[in-house]
Amino acid sequence: MKPAASVILLTTLIGAGQGLFLALATLQIYALAGLLPPAAGSALFVAGSAVALALLAAGLLASFFHLGRPERAWRSAAMWRTSWLSREVIVLPAFMGAVALYGLLFASGWNPVLMSSARGVAIDLALVVAIVGTLLAFALFVCTGMIYAAIRFLAEWHTPLTPLNYTLMGGASGFTLAAGMAALLEPQRVAFLAGWAIVLTLLAALGRAASLLRNARLKPRSTLQSAIGVKHPVVVQRSMGFMGGSFNTREFFHGASPGWLRTVKPAFLLLAFAVPLALLALGRGQPAEASGATLLAAFGVQYLGLLAERWFFFAQARHPQNLYYQAVA
Amino acid sequence: MSRKQLALVIDLNVCVGCHACVTSCKEWNASGAAGPMSDQNPFGADPSGTFFNRVQTFEVGEFPNTETVHFPKSCLHCEDPPCVPVCPTGASYKREEDGIVLVDVDKCIGCKYCSWACPYGAREIDANQKVMKKCTLCVDRIYDTALPEIDRKPACVKACPTSARLFGDIHDPQSEVSRAIREEGGYTLMPEWGTHPANHYLPRRKTRLRIHADELVRADNPLTVEGHPPRPAPDASTLEDASI
Repeated sequence: MKPAASVILLTTLIGAGQGLFLALATLQIYALAGLLPPAAGSALFVAGSAVALALLAAGLLASFFHLGRPERAWRSAAMWRTSWLSREVIVLPAFMGAVALYGLLFASGWNPVLMSSARGVAIDLALVVAIVGTLLAFALFVCTGMIYAAIRFLAEWHTPLTPLNYTLMGGASGFTLAAGMAALLEPQRVAFLAGWAIVLTLLAALGRAASLLRNARLKPRSTLQSAIGVKHPVVVQRSMGFMGGSFNTREFFHGASPGWLRTVKPAFLLLAFAVPLALLALGRGQPAEASGATLLAAFGVQYLGLLAERWFFFAQARHPQNLYYQAVA
Repeated sequence: MSRKQLALVIDLNVCVGCHACVTSCKEWNASGAAGPMSDQNPFGADPSGTFFNRVQTFEVGEFPNTETVHFPKSCLHCEDPPCVPVCPTGASYKREEDGIVLVDVDKCIGCKYCSWACPYGAREIDANQKVMKKCTLCVDRIYDTALPEIDRKPACVKACPTSARLFGDIHDPQSEVSRAIREEGGYTLMPEWGTHPANHYLPRRKTRLRIHADELVRADNPLTVEGHPPRPAPDASTLEDASI
């Protein structure tokens, strides 16, 4: 498949936004459970929500460039019963609403206690929004991943590893960003967030390695023989029927050399996983106040790596229609 | 299965690869209900354009035992179309009444997701209109009562000089297409995906004369058996004589 910049940006940006929101919600829930001391202030929550919202909005904006008719985008919420794309279109704005509300609650300081549990734990509005937002964040990861995993013709994507890896990679980049922001705004949370970022980056590396291993062993189900229905071991296309280009020759071929693919794969493994892990470990070892540059650099490198990862994700998928477009004559 | 399913049956034994169906399709649909099928740079160095139908050419076997197969390819109007449920807007749909898979060009947002979900590459985005286009089985022609009945067929079928393209209802067991599929070995493309294409292809068929060695030399030729006249001899009595 041809990797489209719009979709690469959409999936990586909203992934980081979702991960960042999940990091904030994790902080809040840990503090509520008494596993972390209460937050010193709301600066990290306000700024974190704002950055998450900005990432999500940027992703949404990028997605419009993928559409031929963006002015009709509102129609795409119609078929949520059958289409994962339609589901994503519904969940993304809902999640953005939850993130915006979450940030506003912390910025305004208005946070009514809705009820108290028997043990005296106050359940306030921000907690409810955090839980709803968390569910929506995971739902969005599933929707985004399933858009690709649901297409059975693209064997490289048609695996539960696809939504799993979208979740893990989005989570990893979001927690890395949260750790970097915490170094600037709430240094006592750096060790906690960087620790989680390391765990998620490791899990994401494992998940992606698993999908790479799986994809390396895939055998295309369709052959030229089944494509035209002729039983003979030697079938060669002599003409695709036209000499110019067409949608079929542009959309489904990445056009990059095998050498470039071989370069991108280790590059994204290094940039998205190995280097950020080293930087996260380094930043976690530094004094929390001084670790901002290291941790934000970890996020920057990881995001670049995820851009390369997503490019590779698209380029690696081989569409069966390509069997029909092998020879120009 | 009672519902009608219109489809094409394409006879690869007859197709000569003349591209008449391609040009006829383009001509009819360029002024069709779905808007023009636009071309980009049609007379320039790098032309591109939207087509519903292509004729491709394949070579089967190795020289000198090769065979050229001309292979017309268009939307197969699958009975279980994978492109339809993925559409986020409902622009892509399969008609209940005759099984034609269509795109509502006024609802399509041009997200291309349906084209990813088609293993045959049957859908093409129109670079001018920015919406997905595909074969309509000439839905604006086959029901047009202003046309003489003989012309109420897809443009490609009408254009084919060798009658390699048949059109009809494959759910009607008595139709020309059903009979052709049944009796001439009709098959579907990429059956491994379970899309159940409605369009079928008829294979290349060879007429071979089987001659066995004993058919070349008459084993009972009396002239080769010296000294033995044909039996029974003309004047010998036979069973018929005995029964009289």
